[in-house]
Amino acid sequence: MDLLLKIWRQKNSTEKGGVQNYRIKNIEPDMSFLEMLDVLNQQLINEGDDPIAFDHDCREGICGSCSLVINGAPHGPDKGTTTCQLHMRKFKSGDTIYIEPFRSSSFPVIKDLVVDRSAFDRIQQAGGYVSINTSGNTVDANATPIPKPDADEAFKSAACIGCGACVAACKNSSAMLFVGAKVSQYAHLPQGKVERKERVINMVEQMDKEGFGSCTNTGACEAHCPKDISLDNIMRLNQEYLKSKIL
Amino acid sequence: MQSSIVKKVLMALSGIFLMFFLLQHLAINLTSLIPDDGKTFNAISHFMGYNPIVQFILQPILIFGVCFHFIMGLILEYQNRKARNKKYIYHNTNSSWISKNMIITGLVILAFLALHFYDFWIPEMEYKYINYEDSDPTKYFHELKEKFNGETYRTAIYCVSFILLGMHLNHGLSSSFQSVGVTPSRDRLLRKVANIYSFGISLGFIAIAVFHYFIH
Ligand code: HEM
Ligand code: SF4
Ligand code: FES
Repeated sequence: MDLLLKIWRQKNSTEKGGVQNYRIKNIEPDMSFLEMLDVLNQQLINEGDDPIAFDHDCREGICGSCSLVINGAPHGPDKGTTTCQLHMRKFKSGDTIYIEPFRSSSFPVIKDLVVDRSAFDRIQQAGGYVSINTSGNTVDANATPIPKPDADEAFKSAACIGCGACVAACKNSSAMLFVGAKVSQYAHLPQGKVERKERVINMVEQMDKEGFGSCTNTGACEAHCPKDISLDNIMRLNQEYLKSKIL
Repeated sequence: MQSSIVKKVLMALSGIFLMFFLLQHLAINLTSLIPDDGKTFNAISHFMGYNPIVQFILQPILIFGVCFHFIMGLILEYQNRKARNKKYIYHNTNSSWISKNMIITGLVILAFLALHFYDFWIPEMEYKYINYEDSDPTKYFHELKEKFNGETYRTAIYCVSFILLGMHLNHGLSSSFQSVGVTPSRDRLLRKVANIYSFGISLGFIAIAVFHYFIH
């Protein structure tokens, strides 16, 4: 496959970036999208140019490191797929592909396509955990029976890999799908009940502090989430928040 | 008020309140279609115009509700724009035009409200509280005919505004239930109610304007 790539290049967080064109030839349809970028980077290195910086780690859709907005869609055109799992066979030879970083005031660009998503870490640290007594009296998690429907719901929310595509897709750069998934995951489980109130209040407070927008219910987050996290998680987030504030 | 969720809850509650108001407004206006030379319409309008509870309690609440809703809408719009510092060169996310452009349909409704106040509310306030004219319990129907009969521009502007109002309500109704954490916005029954309500309000008001445009 021969492609024209229009890629966002930016030296560092302060410099103004811009789109640069790259032509690339002989790409195998069975390559992943990131392998295609690896090929391009090798080519750039051979020519003595600066390779394109992009985030990646597991390359199997579980770590949440990869990102990229490909032809306007976070994680590219495939539904329920991370960029690392996207294959070049989804494109045609001769295609022009735009590759941009995730855009949000709370995800500043570090270099090229790499953005700083530590805002998500700080939200997670504000309440996305259960405190466990590790003094030797730890109760085995499996000793607490959990109804199957609750476990299933919690698991669906827990599938969120914290990639930030929801923020990138939302016109408001809202992080509510991510926060909703984290809050719902624990709201369904007895282990999460103890810190239920502080969790949602603190996580939402941190989310606002980081400067993410609010939810207009456009549904763009859900449509582009690689883990198909449902918009219902935002309804549950609102519910948990109101319950914690009022009751 | 600080938290984004509280802001959206208040946005939703004020929107839900306004949706009840619209239902009531439509019901009263529909009586102007009854072929009794406006008798029913005049009677109800006169009651609403001179009842102290309506005038001095409900009306101020309504005005507050409208102002609150659009000011909060502008605040949210400002904050949400600030949250996305840089636009995509190529943007192609999967969501409906209506849901992404509540501010546009909202601002059209606001402009329409200005016209609507100029047409009906200001003359009424002048008549009642500035010129102290004696109440004429048949004036309401006449005024309606005067404003719409053969008035192409006004009728057209009203009709276009009602279409945009319908769009605002179609997304707004289901969205507001999600904002207050009651039902997911895609709930099938909720979507059905939103469709019936938004089409009903929009077509109902359009039918009234068009009726009085053609029929003297
Ligand atoms: C009778 C008139 C109106 C009714 C019944 C109405 C109703 C609603 C409802 C139910 C919502 C959904 C709230 C939510 O998502 O939780 C909404 C949202 C909105 N309305 Fe209105 N509205 C009206 C007029 C206006 C006006 C005049 C403006 C002017 C700016 C406006 C601007 C907005 C905006 C910007 C939103 C979206 C807020 C967001 O989700 O971020 N609306 N409206
Ligand atoms: S909700 Fe989906 S898009 Fe958002 S961070 Fe989690 S996995 Fe990524
Ligand atoms: S690289 Fe780990 S999810 Fe894509």
